[in-house]
Amino acid sequence: MIMFWVAILAISILLYVLLDGFDLGIGILFGLTGDEARRRAMMTAVAPVWDGNETWLVAAGVILWGAFPVVYATLLSAFYLPLLLMLAGLILRGVAFEYRYKTERLRWVWDAGFAGGSLVAAFIQGMTVGALVEELPIANGQYIGGEFGWFSPFAVLCGIGLCLGDTLLGACWLVKKCETELRDAAYRLIPYLAVGLLAFLIVVFAYALAEDLRVIGRWLERPYLFIFPAFGVIAALVAAKSVRSRWDGVPFYMVALIFAAAFGTLAISFWPYMIPFSITIEEAAAPHSSLAFMFWGAGLFIFPLMLLYTAISYTVFRGKLRSTADHY
Amino acid sequence: MDLTALLLSRLQFAFTVSFHIIFPSFTIGLAAWLAVLEALHLWTGRPAYRLVFEFWLKIFGVAFGLGVVSGIVLAFEFGTNWSELSRMSGPIQGPLLTYETFTAFALEASFFGVLLFGRSRVPPWFYLFSTAMVALGTMFSAYWIMVNNSWMQVPVGYAVEKGQFVPNDWAAILLSPVVWVRFPHMLLAAFLTGAFCIAATGAWYLLRGMCQTEARIMLRMGLYLAAVLLPVQLVFGHLNGDYVHDHQPAKFAAIEGRWHDEQPASEVLIALPDPEAETNRYQIAIPVLGSVVGSMSFTSNEVGLTSFPPDQRPPVLIPFFTFRIMVGCWLIMTFAAWVGSYLIQEQRVERSRALLWLIFLCFPLPFIATLTGWFTAEVGRQPWTVYGVLRTADAMTPFLTTRAAAVSLVVFCVIYAVIFSFGTFYIYWLLRVGPVESLVLPPVAAVPNRPMSVVDEHPLTPTTRHIAAGE
Repeated sequence: MIMFWVAILAISILLYVLLDGFDLGIGILFGLTGDEARRRAMMTAVAPVWDGNETWLVAAGVILWGAFPVVYATLLSAFYLPLLLMLAGLILRGVAFEYRYKTERLRWVWDAGFAGGSLVAAFIQGMTVGALVEELPIANGQYIGGEFGWFSPFAVLCGIGLCLGDTLLGACWLVKKCETELRDAAYRLIPYLAVGLLAFLIVVFAYALAEDLRVIGRWLERPYLFIFPAFGVIAALVAAKSVRSRWDGVPFYMVALIFAAAFGTLAISFWPYMIPFSITIEEAAAPHSSLAFMFWGAGLFIFPLMLLYTAISYTVFRGKLRSTADHY
Repeated sequence: MDLTALLLSRLQFAFTVSFHIIFPSFTIGLAAWLAVLEALHLWTGRPAYRLVFEFWLKIFGVAFGLGVVSGIVLAFEFGTNWSELSRMSGPIQGPLLTYETFTAFALEASFFGVLLFGRSRVPPWFYLFSTAMVALGTMFSAYWIMVNNSWMQVPVGYAVEKGQFVPNDWAAILLSPVVWVRFPHMLLAAFLTGAFCIAATGAWYLLRGMCQTEARIMLRMGLYLAAVLLPVQLVFGHLNGDYVHDHQPAKFAAIEGRWHDEQPASEVLIALPDPEAETNRYQIAIPVLGSVVGSMSFTSNEVGLTSFPPDQRPPVLIPFFTFRIMVGCWLIMTFAAWVGSYLIQEQRVERSRALLWLIFLCFPLPFIATLTGWFTAEVGRQPWTVYGVLRTADAMTPFLTTRAAAVSLVVFCVIYAVIFSFGTFYIYWLLRVGPVESLVLPPVAAVPNRPMSVVDEHPLTPTTRHIAAGE
C-alpha cells in the first residue's frame, strides 16, 4: 500500500515537472521577446493545457499530505518563503492567460506577471530540489534551519539549472506546436540552451564532488544507478540529431526523457529516504487505514480517470497550431 | 512560540479562505441553476432558456476560474503555516482533501469541457447530463470540504497514536451527524447565493428596461427558489445550533451572549458584550426563550461562559455579532423573496420599482450571510483548531517567525486585491452588458481547462451564430 502511493506520488510529480515544465519555460521565453505576434503564438501554444498541468501540482500536494503527512508538514513549513513566492508566481501567470486580452493599456502588467511568475516558479522548484540534495538542516524530525535554512549557492545553482531546463523544454514544445518563424527562432535557441544546461550539469557534478555530498556516496555504492544517466545521454544524442535534421516532433520527447532520467536518478539515489537522509518513506507514511481509504476510491478509480482525461485533452489539441499569429 | 506570528497566520488563513469561499458559494448554486435551465430548455424548447443559460455559463466560467486559483493556495497553507496540524491530522484531513481534489478534477473539469465545446458535438441528453455532472461535482467538492471541517469541529472516528490522529472508523467520519446538518446548511447557502444573484440581475435589467424576457425568467426563478429555500435554511440553521449546543457549549454561550448559567435562560436579541466585565451592555433579551432555543424546554439550565476556564473560552464579540448579521441577512432576504414572489403571482412586480430596487440591492446579502456564518463557526471554535484536542497555538508551525508571516500576509493581500478587483470588475461588465447581445458559440480558444476563456469573443471565425432573444 505504501509503495502504491509512492508510485502515484512519483507519477504526479513527474507529470507536473514535465507538463508545467514546458509551459513555465514558454513563460520565460515569452519574457525574452517583445513581439506581440510571437507572444500570442506562445500563449496559444500552452493556453489549452496549462491549467490541467498545474492541477498535477495540487494533486501531488494533497497526495503528499494524505499519504505522507510528515513530509508534507516538514517540507512545506521549511520552504515557507520560497513556496509563497512560487504560489504568487503561479497565480500571476495563471490569471495573465485571461486578463491580458481584456485590456490594452494594462497589458504590460499581466505580461510582466506571466513572464516573471513563470521564471520565479521554475527557479524556486529547482532551488527546492537543490536544497533537498544538499540536505535540509533537520534534527529529530524537525526542521531547524530558520527562515533561510534552504538557501545555499548550490540551491541557487539548481534553480538556475531548472530555469534553463524548463526553457529548453519550452523551446522544444514550440518547435513541436508552431510553424515557420517562431519554430525557426526556437530552433536557433535550442543549441544555446542545451549547452547551458550541459555546463550546469558539469558544475553541479563538480560541486557535489568537491563538497562530498552524501548523494555522491550513494552512487559509488550502487553503480547500477548509472543506467539512468545513460538513458539521458542517449536521449541527448537523439535530441541533437533531431534538432539538426529538423524533426519537429522529436526534440520535445527526448528532452522530456532527459528530465525523466534526471528525476529517476534523484529519486533512486534518495531511496529509501523521502527527505534525504533524515526521514524515510516508512517513517513518513500515513497509517494503513488512511492509505487504504485513499486506495479504494481515489487511487484505484479516480487517478486512472485523471490520467485518461489528461491524455484525451492532449490528443484533442495535438498537431500544429494553425495561423498562430491571428489567434484570439 | 511567536504570538504575533500566530495572529498573522490566523489572519492570513482567514483572509485567503474567506476570499476563496466567495467563489464556490456562488458557483455551486450557479451550476445547479444551469442544470435546471438546460433541463427546461430541453423540455420546453424555449430559446430564452438557452440564452439565459449561455449568459450565465460565461459568468460561471469567470467565477469558477477565480475559485480554482484561490483554492490552490489553501492546499499549501495547511503545510506552510499549520505544520503541526497537518502532521497530526494529515492521516484524516489529507485523504479527505485528496478526494476533494480528485473528484473536482474528474467531474468538474472534464464535464465543464463538454459544456464549453460539446453543444454541437454531443446529443442534447448528454449535454444535459454533463451540466448535471458539473453541478454534482461542485456539490461533491463541498461535501468533502464540509466533512473535513466538521471533523475539526467535532472530531470522531480516530485514535491518537504516536502523536497523530489515526482514523479507525471512516464511516463515522464521513457520515457524522454533524456533517449532515452542516453540509446541507452550506449547500442551501450556496443555492441561495446563486438564486439571489440571479434574481438581483433580473431586477437590475427590469429597472433598466432591458432584456425583459430573460430578466423575468431570472427574477421569477431566482425569487421562487429563494422563497422556498429560506425557510428550509432556517430549519438547518437551527439544527446547526443544536450540534453546537451539544458539542461546543462554550461556542454556543458566546453566540448567545450568555455570561452566566441561567435557568430558565433568556434569549439575548441584541447587546454589546463586554468581555472585561463579563456582562452585556444595552441588552434586549426575551425571558425563557433561551431555554426553548437551546433545549426545547421552558425550564432547562443553559450554560454561561463563566462556567468555562478563561483559556477555554472563544472570543465573544466576533461570534456574537457575526451570527446576528447572518440572521439579519436571512430576515431581509426572506422579506424580499416572499413579497417579491407574491407580487409576481399578482403580476405586479414590474410596477413596484421600490421592490425591484430592494431585490437588486440584496445581491451582497447571501455572500455576507455565508461569510459571517463561517466566521461564527470558525472563530467560535477557538481556542481550538481540532475542537477539544488540538489548540490553535499548538497547531502552528513552531518555528514560524513574525517576519515571514508578515511578508506572506502582505503578499497575499496585494495579489488577491489585484486579481479580485480585476475579476469582479470583469464579472460586473459581463452582467451589465447582459444576455441581449447575441448567442455566441464557444470560441475555438476556449477549452475545458481554461474556464475563463469562455468569454473570449472570436471575431475572425464565422462560428458566431445569433439567435433571436425572446420568443
